[in-house]
Amino acid sequence: MKELNDVILRTVAKVAVVIILTFSINLFISGHHRPGGGFIGGLAFVAAIVLLFLVYDIEKVQKNIPIDFKVLAAIGVLISVFTGVGGMIKGKPFLSQVFGHVNLPVFGQTEMATAVLFDVGVALAVIGTSLTIIMSIGDDR
Amino acid sequence: MIQWILFFSLILLTFSILVTIYRLVKGPTAPDRVQALDALGINLIAGVAVFSVYLRSTAFFEVILLIGILSFIGTIAFARFVERGVVIERKQSD
Repeated sequence: MKELNDVILRTVAKVAVVIILTFSINLFISGHHRPGGGFIGGLAFVAAIVLLFLVYDIEKVQKNIPIDFKVLAAIGVLISVFTGVGGMIKGKPFLSQVFGHVNLPVFGQTEMATAVLFDVGVALAVIGTSLTIIMSIGDDR
Repeated sequence: MIQWILFFSLILLTFSILVTIYRLVKGPTAPDRVQALDALGINLIAGVAVFSVYLRSTAFFEVILLIGILSFIGTIAFARFVERGVVIERKQSD
């Protein structure tokens, strides 16, 4: 019997991971007016990391991405809560947001909203929670 | 005319998805079910594409890409489970 190897899978995954990460960033950015947002962007990011887990193994991925995902989830929840509380300092309700139009050098007239900071927190929380669950119950020990 | 063609192709795709679901439930062995799930994802992608042509809208293209990614990863995970019995390895043996 021949030895098992997955050279086709590794070659495909090297290209596909880049595409999936780019698509997750696109989903994250488009989330203010169009379908997308922090939650689904984080899930697409998790899909790319899961593909890396499938193609390589947990130790090799964790050696190259030295992040404790439980800490990442906690940091995400903290960012979300603090951006929600930040509006309360000025007497507004919890989770109220402001936005304005800013002239950026390359993009021109761009709408900047503080809801993006909340979305960053949501994305980090989703990434941390999902990867912690997958690495806990998907292990072969 | 083209509206009727698209509508008819949507009906055919729905019928194809139903037949695939029969194989997904009935399928005697695990590889049959894996292939049925992959074909189901491809049929869903085709259905969404035909539907977006029918509505003349580009709003569903992200759905197509997302279903493609998830179907790809799911098929790889099931194939690894069928072939090796373990999906995510702690340390590779080689």
